[in-house]
Amino acid sequence: MSKFKNTFSSSLGKKLIMALTGLFLCTFLVIHLIGNLQLFKADEGKAFNDYAYFMTHFTPIKVVSYLLYTSIIVHAVYALMLTIGNRKARGTNYGAYAGSANSPWTSRNMGILGTILLIFIVVHMQNFWAEYHWGAMPGVEYRTNILTQETTQTDLPAGSVTEYTKFVENGVEITRAKDLYKVTASAFKNWCLVALYVFAMGALSFHLVHGFRSAFQTLGWDHNRYVGLIKCIGVWGFGVLIPLGFAAMPLYFFFLK
Amino acid sequence: MSGTMNLKLKVWRQPNSEAKGSFVNYDAANVSPDMSFLEMLDVVNEDLVKKGEDPIHFDHDCREGICGMCSLHINGRPHGPKQAITTCQLHMRSFQDGQTVTIEPWRAKAFPVIKDLAVDRSAFDRIQQTGGFVSVNTGGVPDANAIAIPKPVADEAFNSATCIGCGACVAACKNASAMLFVSAKVSQMALLPQGQPERYRRVQAMVTQMDEEGFGSCTNTGACEAECPKEIKITNIARMNRDFFTAKFFKQEEV
Repeated sequence: MSKFKNTFSSSLGKKLIMALTGLFLCTFLVIHLIGNLQLFKADEGKAFNDYAYFMTHFTPIKVVSYLLYTSIIVHAVYALMLTIGNRKARGTNYGAYAGSANSPWTSRNMGILGTILLIFIVVHMQNFWAEYHWGAMPGVEYRTNILTQETTQTDLPAGSVTEYTKFVENGVEITRAKDLYKVTASAFKNWCLVALYVFAMGALSFHLVHGFRSAFQTLGWDHNRYVGLIKCIGVWGFGVLIPLGFAAMPLYFFFLK
Repeated sequence: MSGTMNLKLKVWRQPNSEAKGSFVNYDAANVSPDMSFLEMLDVVNEDLVKKGEDPIHFDHDCREGICGMCSLHINGRPHGPKQAITTCQLHMRSFQDGQTVTIEPWRAKAFPVIKDLAVDRSAFDRIQQTGGFVSVNTGGVPDANAIAIPKPVADEAFNSATCIGCGACVAACKNASAMLFVSAKVSQMALLPQGQPERYRRVQAMVTQMDEEGFGSCTNTGACEAECPKEIKITNIARMNRDFFTAKFFKQEEV
């Protein structure tokens, strides 16, 4: 065990932890985005509310979610430790330092971008995650005619739905759930919050443009055969597509709903 | 005189490693554009000596870009504004008449200032001493071509071996990380058959010493690769990481 301890206390070991937690968080973003695309479905939020219940109550997902919270904390704590160590390693600062001449801006500012993201994650979890678990959530009832598949939606008073229920009565499927869709829709009527979310997705883009490729470099995966693909996924997938997808959600509710 | 230039120098002066240093301004007058940067400093120093002042201390030796002795952080960049050259190969034509030139020593806790612009780079020597070698047994001289080495591998090993250990990578890195230097030294031997017996012991020993010397850790900015006078590639860093993790997780050799 002491050998492993000594591995992870070395500079390379700490970087390995940053790379592995970072890549795990990247895979989470893909799942999170795909799931949240259900916000765009024109069904008064039924698919999204069903999904929210599933994600918070299905055991394997719950296990992964605790792994996720741990990863965020470990990634941030190790980043702080490494940053402090790196500052100390410089000693006296340069009078003139032309960083832009030899390295991209994103690569030199991962700490600032990461701090923005950490603040965003706290606000984001307060807005929806904490609200969903402990807040007085508005309820919703969906009645779907099994034969015609027509769905009607009725709002229920806040705090009235504590348990997700789904049953069939006289050929009508009745679903009662916490209405996270409504909470989302009303939260994104607040322009301050919309601005914060869009800004944070900008920071996410810059963070991942460097971070995704950098993680593979740390792992030592930089063979010519696939390094181009890694760079491409890092820039276009994680730097453009994913932040754009997330930023589209608050903008959609603010302007189109 | 026509065709010469006048520069304002902002030079870091520090009497010894304990003293607190500061920038001092000097005028470099009538500088020929064909001078090297170090020759320009020689001329400034001659004037200082004539005036009875302490000349500016800086490291230099071969003055042809192969020894790794010269350093200098010029206008925020190690070895000045040009690519793939050392300070001794930098010519004054790379500057403009009237320009202010800031000259500083390499800044890293592991490279303490000896005096003015000269820093102590013996941390690199100590890293080398822990593993930057191959052990050769005594006995008959082996035939030079007894072990075949594929051309691409030999080329890659030679590329890594061109590192002159000047420390520009540490100076350029925002974290003062020595990863490019150490990875080049690890790679040049990890790539060749002669380096195999000690491969996994070497990488662990050198990384451990690198950490002990107080260098920072790599954040893959690529600044080292951009500033390296010998154009050592950061693929060496990826290779060292692979070897280090392989050693730690899959090999017997312990350090």
